[in-house]
Amino acid sequence: MRFLTGRLAMASLVALAAGLGAAQAAQDDITVAMQLEPPHLDPTSAAAQAIDSVVYINIFEGLTRFMDDGSIVPALAKSWDISDDGLTYTFNLNQGVTFHDGTTFDAEDVKFSLDRARAEDSTNAQKALFAAIADVTVVDPMTVRLTLSEPNGNMLFNLAWGDAVIVAPESIDDIKTNPVGTGPYKFANWVQGDKIELMANDSYWGSAPAIKSATFKFISDPTAAFGAVMAEDVDVFTGYPAPENVPQFEADPRFQVLNVATEGETILSTNNKMPPLDNVKVRKAIAHAIDRQAIIDGAMFGMGTPIGTHFAPHHPDYVDLTGNSGYDPELSKKLLAEAGFPDGFTTTLKLPPPSYARRGGEIIAAQLRAVGIKTETSNLEWAQWLEQVFRGKDYGLTIVSHTEPFDIGIYARPDYYFQYDNPAFQELYAELNKTTDAAKRSEMLAELQTMISLDYVNGYLFQLATPTIAKAGVQGLWKNAPTAAVDLPAMSWAN
Amino acid sequence: MLRYALKRALSLLISLAIASLVIFLVIEVAPGDPASYMLGINAQPETVAALRAELGLDVPKMQRYLAWVGGMARGDFGTSYTYRTPVGQMIADRMWVSLPLALYALALSTLIAFPAGIYAAARRGKPGDIAVMGATQLGVAVPNFWFAMMLVLIFAINLRWFSAGGFPGWDIGFFLALKSLTLPAIALALPQSAILARVMRSSLLDILSEDFMRTARAKGLSRRQALWRHGLRNALIPVLTIIGLQFSFLLAGGIIIEQVFFLPGLGRLIFQSISARDLIVVESVVMLLVFSVILVNFLVDLAYAAVDPRLRSRT
Repeated sequence: MRFLTGRLAMASLVALAAGLGAAQAAQDDITVAMQLEPPHLDPTSAAAQAIDSVVYINIFEGLTRFMDDGSIVPALAKSWDISDDGLTYTFNLNQGVTFHDGTTFDAEDVKFSLDRARAEDSTNAQKALFAAIADVTVVDPMTVRLTLSEPNGNMLFNLAWGDAVIVAPESIDDIKTNPVGTGPYKFANWVQGDKIELMANDSYWGSAPAIKSATFKFISDPTAAFGAVMAEDVDVFTGYPAPENVPQFEADPRFQVLNVATEGETILSTNNKMPPLDNVKVRKAIAHAIDRQAIIDGAMFGMGTPIGTHFAPHHPDYVDLTGNSGYDPELSKKLLAEAGFPDGFTTTLKLPPPSYARRGGEIIAAQLRAVGIKTETSNLEWAQWLEQVFRGKDYGLTIVSHTEPFDIGIYARPDYYFQYDNPAFQELYAELNKTTDAAKRSEMLAELQTMISLDYVNGYLFQLATPTIAKAGVQGLWKNAPTAAVDLPAMSWAN
Repeated sequence: MLRYALKRALSLLISLAIASLVIFLVIEVAPGDPASYMLGINAQPETVAALRAELGLDVPKMQRYLAWVGGMARGDFGTSYTYRTPVGQMIADRMWVSLPLALYALALSTLIAFPAGIYAAARRGKPGDIAVMGATQLGVAVPNFWFAMMLVLIFAINLRWFSAGGFPGWDIGFFLALKSLTLPAIALALPQSAILARVMRSSLLDILSEDFMRTARAKGLSRRQALWRHGLRNALIPVLTIIGLQFSFLLAGGIIIEQVFFLPGLGRLIFQSISARDLIVVESVVMLLVFSVILVNFLVDLAYAAVDPRLRSRT
């Protein structure tokens, strides 16, 4: 027994010494923490952002990809030609690309991936991205042609999503637990409930990344998150869950804080079919009763940009329409009286778990009460929220951050949970999809943004920003998040 | 004896069948659908339907229940809806964290409680006793997650002796792994040891006033000798009962501590599975806990009968 304990103690010491040795060499490993654990690792069959955070760009690549400023650049596709009528996209693929299992990447894999995503029984959470594709043809091993049923100005953008990454038929069966992609990192290990480890792919077709091994840790409790960062157990925490601690990190020279602008339009979603919210005057009254800055300061500790429509302020086509719904409680009361509710009314406010919703909800309830609108507030789990609010449409008001990039199209779906049914919007949106001319698109987007702003479909609150807390030496972190991603190949340690 | 054992075994099976039905119905009644949870708020309704079909959620409830129970009878707990890995494997992995943590906490709690309880009983009414009782009062009153946060603040953030949480796995070495469970185990153990110390003290004091203790003293043993030779052994019976109860509490009750220290244990698995509506995981974990309780009862029944022959004829 003594022998055994001795051996174990020895082994522990050796392990400890090895750890110390590694710390003294130039650092090429990183530990990135985030709040939620991915349910599995297939970005093409679930909406969980945590999946993209781990695999996007790192393990899987698409034909195109997002950069942190929102631009779309080539990835597996080296270049492309678009026919004059906008109906044919010919992609030239990069040569010498292999999947992590050694199989070759070619046009057949592209066809397989896109056909799988748009198939009848596809479980792709963003299937609508591929709706315009009529056919995928393999021209030769390094060339693939997409034929569209109608022109689509968003095609290159759509193909950059995590839901559009290229997967291989050889490894598709195990993709959820053993993802095999073409990216600069290979999946190494997953201790469920705890961490996922990736290591650099030595035979990567592009330039080799500076970080050789990466660990993703999942820490859901805000107090635990604070402890892990302060104790320097983690190097980076993306989507840090407790904005109230941010000033403390800002004051500490060991850390850097990035306020990352996300694609999350945080809105007071309104059931446009439920009386009295079906009356545009009532919705306008609600919009004018809300003091956005008070919500940003009170619920988000100052993080977030006010919005007046469902569009990201950092997008070049954004129009600032916050003036349509300025804070004016007197006007709000007047509108309520005109709509036939001089004494206000009562509706429900159903709040999902994130703190923007729970904290923001309390502030909004107080602001609405000030103009006479009483809310019956209830807190729901996500699963309940999806069932009651999203699917059952049994709600008056709710607060949600819509985190998908460029998602104004949900207003063209009358069966969507807002139940906004405006044929003019639907026609214009269909027109936009067919338009490829940039100037014309800009104009149409402005009109769409204005339309929903003046219909007061929802209460437009703010663009969600989430803090990234990192050790001071970490370089290459994303300052904006056009999609959920932890871009490991862009990262390195300052010496 | 054999007939008695068979009867008990039959009642065990009936209990399990009823428990499985109740668990299944109660959990399935909860609103929420794993497929919509996974696909989020941009998915088309037909995509959700396709995923439901893929997960086998579109078959009638009764059929799913029978498949689940049938699988369990063969030792197959099914496949998690969200993780898509076998539930049995997931539970086994988590047990490697939760079980050692519970045992570690139990050992710590006993190591603290026994000396404290004996010391207090031996010095009844004196300052030492009052100090111990005051400390245990505090230990019972303060919740374990508060202890947990204080431990992290002192030992992880300020002194940097431990990590703030996480579990590196047993393959990095027994002592390093054990070290990472130390703060959570202390946080779990402190309130438990306070309760245990109080039980130990009062149980000892009860024994000290018994006739046989007086006889022992009359035979010429000192107070201390009597306490160690005759008192302690008899006082242990209620203490062991409490330890038994505490163990099941520590195993299932580590949920909050596992959250605070982000440990990949059983509690965190249940927590995650409930919010993702990974019903088959929740059902299987609950069923496993029920099974262990029923099994222990069954074994206790058999043990009683072995000790007390009257029980065999009565049933």
